[in-house]
Amino acid sequence: MSTIKTAESPNGIEGPGFFATSLDAAVGLARKNSLWPLPFATSCCGIEFMATMASTYDLGRFGAERLSFSPRQADLLMVMGTISKKMGPVLRQVYEQMAEPKWVLSMGACASTGGIFDTYSVLQGIDRIIPVDVYIPGCPPRPEQVLDGILKIQELVQSESIRRRDTPEYKAMLQEYGME
Amino acid sequence: MNEELKTILLDTLKSTFGNDIVAVDAPYDFTTITVKKDKLVDIISHLYNHEKLQFQFLTDLTASHYPDDKEQLEVVYHLHSLVNNIRVRIKARLSIGTPEIATLTGVFAGANWMERETFDNLGVIFKGHPNLKRILNVDDMLIHPLRKEYPLEDQVRLDKNDTMFGR
Repeated sequence: MSTIKTAESPNGIEGPGFFATSLDAAVGLARKNSLWPLPFATSCCGIEFMATMASTYDLGRFGAERLSFSPRQADLLMVMGTISKKMGPVLRQVYEQMAEPKWVLSMGACASTGGIFDTYSVLQGIDRIIPVDVYIPGCPPRPEQVLDGILKIQELVQSESIRRRDTPEYKAMLQEYGME
Repeated sequence: MNEELKTILLDTLKSTFGNDIVAVDAPYDFTTITVKKDKLVDIISHLYNHEKLQFQFLTDLTASHYPDDKEQLEVVYHLHSLVNNIRVRIKARLSIGTPEIATLTGVFAGANWMERETFDNLGVIFKGHPNLKRILNVDDMLIHPLRKEYPLEDQVRLDKNDTMFGR
């Protein structure tokens, strides 16, 4: 008797030899369970992320086993650690190189708000230069929190309409950040 | 510091640069010599080439800002004689209006990045430096952030106010 759990199938009409559902639901299911995260780790949150990837917490259980170290192949940008103002343009370029659809997870106090580094050289939150989908609080957050953040990203990924990136709202949001 | 070497150091400075030595002190037993800024490079190269002393390693080069003093900026050089294992600290004062001093890159190539850092953070202009531009901060920064007239905290945060934090 296998104990392996498979993802729940979306709502649809099932009969002998066929299963009909919406394309959104099928694509969402596939995307949700095969995220390729790009770890942008700059400090102690990155160490916590290593623990999240290792066997005890094992992010691979959620289909995010394969880290992408090229932004061109990644779905999820995980920003973990203090981002200095000088690194801001680099982070922005990494984000711009990612193909749509893409999601951003901001891990820890520094990436989200600048944290304790309220100083002239540190970016006071990455949402000043790129849009963020999920914030994880903590300094640093525990691996459980990172997993929770990934699950929140998965909810977004699964429920996202495949046309969302074409909507005027999405384009207006990118315009706010000065992106195409 | 070894008393014999200290005597040699002070004697050679007094005999060669008598009028350019502003003060000699030894806080925490660390010989500190304040000199006039115009002669600073001459004095350091003299110590570099001195037969006995051989101060041939530049440990550090930085500056401080004292907003209450008349000459507000103080440039600090830490020299190390590896042969004798002794150290000396050389200081020079600059006015904030014309924060200019000659570059030390002719004597120590390693002064290049240290002078760039000092320029970046405190706005000291090292005349004759081959590439005096910012090294640590973003290129479009308008201020020299370690000067006391600029606030340490970033001014863009809206979540901190006195009602919540009692500052």
